[in-house]
Amino acid sequence: MNTPLWEVFVRARNGLAHKHVGSVHAADATMALQAARDVYTRRGEALSLWVVPSHAIVASDPADRESLFEPTGSKIYRHPTFYEVPDEVGHM
Amino acid sequence: MATTSIALDESPRIRTLLTLADDALILGHRLSEWTGHAPTLEEELALANIALDLIGQARALYQATGIDEDALAYLRDPHQFRNALAVELPNGDFAFTIVRLFLVSAASDAFWRGAVGADDPDIAAIAGKAEKETAYHVRHAADWLVRLGDGTAESHRRAQSALDALWPYTGELTASADRPAWLHAVGPVLQRATLTPPADGWMQSGGRQGRHTEHLGHLLAEMQVLPRTYPGATW
Repeated sequence: MNTPLWEVFVRARNGLAHKHVGSVHAADATMALQAARDVYTRRGEALSLWVVPSHAIVASDPADRESLFEPTGSKIYRHPTFYEVPDEVGHM
Repeated sequence: MATTSIALDESPRIRTLLTLADDALILGHRLSEWTGHAPTLEEELALANIALDLIGQARALYQATGIDEDALAYLRDPHQFRNALAVELPNGDFAFTIVRLFLVSAASDAFWRGAVGADDPDIAAIAGKAEKETAYHVRHAADWLVRLGDGTAESHRRAQSALDALWPYTGELTASADRPAWLHAVGPVLQRATLTPPADGWMQSGGRQGRHTEHLGHLLAEMQVLPRTYPGATW
């Protein structure tokens, strides 16, 4: 079956970012949104939904993993762990 | 069958509640029969979600009668059910299921939107929830219908054939409602789906009076066998 694949993103609450939850097959964007609603929001998970054609996702090559991501391992000074975040800030 | 059926003394209010509830329960049961058989996983969940919405509406309506909801669902015989004949017909193919869901939901959608301000507080409360659910049922069925009708020659043929077969059963859906308004609601979708609605002619009826097709008895036999064979069973 050559039904197009769509990636599904759910935003659970105001102030959060849309989060990737999985994918659905659907013939077009309208039906993809309905399929995403029916498959991924059955337990009150969502305030907002995005669907994106899977072919529109540009992914990094697993073979590049070392050169892309390993260099950050030695740079602990980039982590914001040296000061306290006030509770009032909420989600960051 | 180990358990005898209940006898009902139907006041006009109980009759109204049963009419609404039986439509929802029987259509919900039919949709649940797609579980394990739907064309795609996504659509299987969609149909199961709609079935659960409808069974939830049925439960709320049965509870509003003050009679035990399980007795109403499991211990009535076919002639005691008040559902429209349209909802008890077998699922047929996917096109038939979608056309039926669309035609029935369009009628329920109009009813529930109007019932939000009903004098009966139970019906008004159920309507507040049901109108949102039913609005989605119409949308889902309409979107599929357009894609089936305006899809391939095969899907168009199946959708038109389902529409022709179901049309004589739609008289019952609008018997106590505004049929021109219903026609106005379904017309534009059928047009987008490149389907031709049959002319209104002789209409099937009898479901509201308990005169059903042979299909309801088979449906109830399957739905009721467990609680009738093992009264009070829990799991």
